[in-house]
Parts: sequence; C-alpha cells; structure tokens
Amino acid sequence: MGSNLLILIYLLASITFIIGLKMLSHPARARRGNLIAAAGMAAAIAGTVFLYKDEDGNALHNYAWIFGGLLIGAIAGTVAARKVKMTAMPEMVSLFNGMGGACAALIAIVEFGHLVHNLQSVSGLTAIDTTFRDGLKQHLLIIVAGLVIGSISFAGSMVAWAKLNGKIRDFVFKGQHLFNIALLLIIFLLAVYLTGWLPAGGVSLFYIILGLSLLYGVFFVMPIGGADMPVVISLLNSFTGVAAACGGFLYNNKAMLTGGILVGAAGTLLTILMCKAMNRSLMNVLIGSFGATDKSTGGGKKEQGNYKEISLSDAAMIMNYAHKIIIVPGYGLAVAQAQHTCHELEKILEAKGVEVTYAIHPVAGRMPGHMNVLLAEADVSYDKLQEMEQANEAFPATDVVLVLGANDVVNPAAKTDPTSPIYGMPILDVELAKAVIVNKRSMKPGYAGIENNLFFRPKTSMLFGDAKKVLQDLIGELKAL
Amino acid sequence: MEAILSFISQHQQMIYIVTLMVFVGIEVIGHVPAVLHTPLMSGANAIHGVVIIGAIIVMGQAAKDNYPALALGFLAVILGTLNVVGGFVVTDRMLEMFGGKRKSPKKEIRNPK
Repeated sequence: MGSNLLILIYLLASITFIIGLKMLSHPARARRGNLIAAAGMAAAIAGTVFLYKDEDGNALHNYAWIFGGLLIGAIAGTVAARKVKMTAMPEMVSLFNGMGGACAALIAIVEFGHLVHNLQSVSGLTAIDTTFRDGLKQHLLIIVAGLVIGSISFAGSMVAWAKLNGKIRDFVFKGQHLFNIALLLIIFLLAVYLTGWLPAGGVSLFYIILGLSLLYGVFFVMPIGGADMPVVISLLNSFTGVAAACGGFLYNNKAMLTGGILVGAAGTLLTILMCKAMNRSLMNVLIGSFGATDKSTGGGKKEQGNYKEISLSDAAMIMNYAHKIIIVPGYGLAVAQAQHTCHELEKILEAKGVEVTYAIHPVAGRMPGHMNVLLAEADVSYDKLQEMEQANEAFPATDVVLVLGANDVVNPAAKTDPTSPIYGMPILDVELAKAVIVNKRSMKPGYAGIENNLFFRPKTSMLFGDAKKVLQDLIGELKAL
Repeated sequence: MEAILSFISQHQQMIYIVTLMVFVGIEVIGHVPAVLHTPLMSGANAIHGVVIIGAIIVMGQAAKDNYPALALGFLAVILGTLNVVGGFVVTDRMLEMFGGKRKSPKKEIRNPK
C-alpha cells in the first residue's frame, strides 16, 4: 500500500514539474506554475521520507539526520533567497545550482562507497559471474556519470558565482581550450577504463576522476567573460538536471528521472534561446570571443575622439522641455540600485507632461529579463517597458534618450564594425533620437570590455557619476525648475 | 556491443522516459518570451532539486556506524534542500514583482489624471 502510494506521489510530482515549467513560460501564469511545481516537490520529499522502502522492504532510518538536514537547508535557503538583493539574483541562481550539483556528486560518492563495501563482503572481483559483473558495470557507469556531471556543475557554478560577485576575474592562459578538451578527454577515458575494466586500483581512480572533474568545471568557466555568465549558468543548470537524472537511474526513481531530464532538455533549449537573443552561437560563447583576451581588440580604440560633457542643470533643462523621453537602463543602474530613484524621476517627468518609456534590450542587465525584474521591483508599470523592436521604431520620434549605465546594448559597433566581438548583436538605435544623454561612472569600457563609439558622437552628451546619485540630483534640479 | 544492447533492453522503460522527456522539455518552454528567461531558469533550477530525493535515500540507508556515509549524506540533504527551497523562493520573489506590477500600474496611470 505504502509503496504504491509513493509511486502515485512520484507520478503526480512529475506531472506538476511539467505543468509548472509550462506555466513558467507564460507571464500571467508563471507564479502559479512555480507554486504548483513546489507543491509537487514537497509531496515527493514527504513521500520519500515516510513511504520509501528498499528492495528488501526496509524503511529508511536516521530520521534525526534527515530532518536535521532538511530543516537546516530549508531555513538557510529561505533566508538566503529572501535577503538577496534583486541585482544579485543571477549569482544566487548560480549558487543554488552549484548546491544541486554538489548534492548529486555526494550521492555518487556515498553510493560508490556502498558498492565497494558490498563487493568486499562478497569476495574478490575475479570470482564473480558475468551477469553480476555486467550489472555492476552498469551501476558503476551511472554512479560515475552522476559524479562527473555533478562535480563539473558544482565547480563551474561556484566560479560563475564568484565571477558575478566580482570575487575573481577572467583568467585565460595560452592554449586553454586545448587544455580543456584534453582534460575532458582524460576524464572520459578514465571513466570508461574504470567502469569497463573494473581495475584493481578502482577506488583511487574514482577519486582522481572526481578531482579532475572539479578541475574541469573551474577551467571551463574561467575564460568565459562576465557578460556571457547567464548563458553559462543556464548551461550548468541543465548539467545539474542530467546529474539528477543519473540519480533517477540509480534508484529507479521516475520522479528524479523526469524532473532531471526535463530540466536538462529545457535548460539546453533556454541556453540556445539566450544565445540567439545576443545573436551568437553557443560555440561562440563557450570558445569565447568576449573576455580578457579580446579586451585590446575592441575596434573602437583608435577612433577615440572627444566627448562632450553635460552639466546636471543642463540635462534637467533638456529633459524638462522634452515631449518624449526614452530611458535605456543597463547594468550600471542595477549596480547602483537606482531602479527606485529611476521610477521617481519618471513620475516627476510625467507630472510635468513628459511622456516617459523604457527601452529594454533582451540582454540588458546581467541576464535576459533581469532588467524587467528590477524595474518591476520598483513598481514601474509593465506598459512602459518597450521591447527592442518597439523601441527602435519609437526612437526617431523621441527628443531625449537617457542611457543609464547601459553600454554594449547601445554600441553602434555591433552594426558597423565587423571586427568587434559583439558584431551582429541587435542593438538599441538610440542615435535615431534627437539627443542622447549617457550616464556612466567614467569613460572606462563596459561589462564586455569594448569601447563604445556612441560616446564620441555629436548627438551624445556624457553625464558622469553613480547612477543613483545622478538621478537624485536630476530629480532635485527638476523640482527646482 | 552486447553490453550496450543488454543495457538498453534492461532499462528500456527508463530510456523511453528519457527520450520522451527531452521532447517534452523542449516543447514546454519553446515559446517563452525573453522577459521570462531569468525566472524560467530559476524555476528549472529549483526543479532539478529533485536530486534531494536521492540524498534522502542515501541518508536513510546509511548504516549507523558508517560515519563517512552519514556525514556526506547529511551534507547532501542540506545542499539539496538549499537547492529546492532557495530555488523556489527566489523564483517566487522574482515572479511576485511581475504579478504586482500588472495590477498596480493601471491604477497609477488612472489616478494622476
């Protein structure tokens, strides 16, 4: 009865995962979808704790440990997720993803320990009959697959997290791609050797594979530039899904299998969609045309001319007498936590009869859709957010474009300079507007490390300073007018 | 070769599930708007937290005197729970904002006029 009920629970959980994911891709139903999947997950966890029985009909024990772990994880997870600033969301997702990968790797390690232990109690490896050997090999294969994928995902996510946090910088050495490929090949060959031949030193080989996989995870993410981190996180997300599915194979557990593969497939597609939004291929992202090596080949460097600075009061004056203003928010706005101040500015301008909208590039901020989340947090109306195509049509009829901490998404080099690393990426054509005011902290190149010619164009005026401070001062000036 | 064939025949049910799930996963999010990429990634991140089930089983089957297995299993349960709970809460927080703004903006636009 109990185990049949558990099978039903797992079935329902798998269905909630599918429905949840489906609803997550529609704006209006997304939140409910998330809750449905969460409910399915809660049922699956509770069912496993109370109803699970192994092949011999033994229930689980160590309940104190299980509940202790669940409690600690739940409290820490809730606190971390509640406290994290909206701007730090991408790191958080990466961190949680790494936890999942580590969990899968730990399961593999413990199960390997069981396997070795059982073998020692049976007898030497050589005396075992072939069907048993085959079963053993398959079991081991799944364990090793979970180990490799889980630990790559863990190590990679940790590096991605640290990079987004600014804790570590891009790091490349000559021939790193070849090194990475060689490393992956070695891991693969060792795994095949271990599972296919069951060599005598198998135990130490297992831990060598673990170490190399962790190393690969680090070197895989290290050379990829900060701007491409979302794509990498999405890819690692799907890796963790596959690692979870390995667990499903191991325990013959359909909920783990469906959930894991579902995320593996959806995550891979999402990764590709994200690349498409930047008009690049996945290969191009992974081999990396951004990043430290390309910083010097920005293309625009030689053309650096003079830029024009504008004072706060002049900027306020221009905006005060404009009819239509489009704000282009970018990463700088997110860093300065200026989304609320930005909304205030919008309200003051609206009160003065100026029409204000926002132009959102698909990859503005640090992740696709990140900017929408940030502005939503500040209560900016959904109707005011224009997507790229819409905004590009609206620019010619716009008096002032205010670029707040955005850089690469308005860089004309993407259209004009074939040598630029971002060549081909669709951009916001802010130059079509009558005037462009760019707020930046300094003339330093942006997130992707590419010079931006826009700043040197005659229509553009620069307004230096921290986005939040500048916006507050602008509001002050506007109030005084 | 024979090993592969026997693997497939022994696990054919699982392999069917894997194959079908790949298509379901692709189909289900095929038309997601770019705006929802971040929440969707976060939601998917929470769903692969099902790996927690494996962690619970590992923990629950560990022998009482097998301290390495107990310690690793315990750690696995904590990390898995972090993944699940943190993932769902973060996603909900992101989506809460989407929901909130859909209703409030219309009021705000009407009020000033």
